[in-house]
Amino acid sequence: MSPSPSTVEKALPETPPRAGYDVDAIRRDFPILSREIYGKPLVYLDNAASAQKPEAVIAAERDVYERCYANIHRGVHWLSVHATDAYDASREKARAFLNAAAAHEIVFVRGTTEAVNLVAQTYGRTRVGPGDSVLITGLEHHSNIVPWQMLCEEKGATLAVAPLNDAGEVDLDALERLITPRTRIVSVAHLSNALGTIVPIRRIGEIAHARGVPVFVDGAQAAPRMPLDVQALGCDFYAFSSHKMYGPSGVGVLYGRTELLEAMPPYQGGGDMIRSVTFEKTTYNALPYKFEAGTPNIAGGIAFGAALDYVQGVGLEAIEAHEAGLLRYATEAMQRIPGLTVIGTAREKAGVLSFVLDGVHPHDIGTVLDREGIAIRTGHHCAQPVMDRFKLPATARASFGLYNTRGEVDALIRAIHKVIGMFR
Amino acid sequence: MSELRDLYQEVILDHSKRPRNFHSLPSANRKAEGYNPLCGDRETVYLQVEGDVLKDVAFEGSGCAISTASASMMTESLKGKTSAEANALFERFHGLITGNPEAAAGPALGKLEVFSGVREFPVRVKCATLPWHTLKAALQADGSTISTESEGPAAESGGA
Repeated sequence: MSPSPSTVEKALPETPPRAGYDVDAIRRDFPILSREIYGKPLVYLDNAASAQKPEAVIAAERDVYERCYANIHRGVHWLSVHATDAYDASREKARAFLNAAAAHEIVFVRGTTEAVNLVAQTYGRTRVGPGDSVLITGLEHHSNIVPWQMLCEEKGATLAVAPLNDAGEVDLDALERLITPRTRIVSVAHLSNALGTIVPIRRIGEIAHARGVPVFVDGAQAAPRMPLDVQALGCDFYAFSSHKMYGPSGVGVLYGRTELLEAMPPYQGGGDMIRSVTFEKTTYNALPYKFEAGTPNIAGGIAFGAALDYVQGVGLEAIEAHEAGLLRYATEAMQRIPGLTVIGTAREKAGVLSFVLDGVHPHDIGTVLDREGIAIRTGHHCAQPVMDRFKLPATARASFGLYNTRGEVDALIRAIHKVIGMFR
Repeated sequence: MSELRDLYQEVILDHSKRPRNFHSLPSANRKAEGYNPLCGDRETVYLQVEGDVLKDVAFEGSGCAISTASASMMTESLKGKTSAEANALFERFHGLITGNPEAAAGPALGKLEVFSGVREFPVRVKCATLPWHTLKAALQADGSTISTESEGPAAESGGA
């Protein structure tokens, strides 16, 4: 008797399209959202740090371990074959999600951070030399600064930084001027985690490509929040993390154009990334396996496929519109609070609302909100240069997900008034 | 909510809004800087040490209510103490805010008892101890910038 089908065995589960945007129905899909914190309903507004998981993702991961677990790309036995099929089905889902030209352009990594390191240590190490430069912008997360800084230090190259204006937008004229004949790569975030600025990737691609320079895009914040098409965006690399888009942590995607990936040396050596090994010589595996040494997060990768199904079932356009409505509503409410300043006032923003309160340190805001059951992030958000640019030690940051509501924004605003009552 | 009131007691709020000895100290012969980059708290502690006695203590910087009030009340409690007495006071204070009963013996904390509420907020222990660790560095004439972000069970470590 053959085993009965499970969620893993169905390569592409059907997710019925939703009529309208039923946020209550979406909330019921996320078990954690029904819990209380300190006796108050959880208001989770720390989605830019990591997002919560729907039952479909939790069930998919559990299903792997209960019914379909074995190592992948190795075995002749039933479990290994099915686990491999399910893992590779996630790769195809990621390809479709990004509209990449081919599934072999999707490299599985641990997350966006590893993707930046991979490109810096392979593409970067072979292309960047003494006197060359790598160009980033002033709004980058530390993970899109430090790997390039390490590379530049090693190679005697320069890390150039396109500045921000007071609204937190990248100065595109300055960026254009900073691209020199020695610029080897431009690496930019699609959406700032500290400011919420949407960066015009397509325009930056045009500027860089006119000078023959490839573009790497850190899509960690954008991928859960807007429809993506890497071919239409014209980027050469695009990276994002599963855990910020309602999937498991420890899984991420590096997209790279075939010709670039083929020309790059491997990242880590080990099993899976080789075709044949002797003590004299190793030949490397084909794309994408050349960059996937060792046993990956198998169950996480498969459950990531369930997360991709989930967000596409809701629809990225619908999520984008829902979060834009929340951001507008919350921004207007905050601007009515005396002594509150929104940090990051770009014309094009999404998902992230950073703010400071006169006379109250963000850490104290975070502690008071926590006791109201409201989870926000306080601190430098792994973007210390952004804090320095705005001459702030830290900010408080609310960030939205597909399950947040206007009622939760109201709770946030009430709690901020409570903070003011305590500290002023 | 009562735990929140225990953390942010009136005395603490008062010291955070109107910190005492909040200035540089031209007569200082020791100073050290404390910096917790994840929180953004930054404090410089100045000491005027004569013989083994802390004749004057002051601080400057910016931080959250807990670290500012802790620094303010620390400066008040230290004037006239020897460095050994200051260290003993810190041990006792540290025991109070981490709920460590072994540190219950030692000098009376007096006003510093108001920080007992911090023990219910383990992630805020590092805020309360920043000025004290900075004081220790100043007493040891250690020129490096010190941090307390590894302190506490839920030390923040990054993420987006």
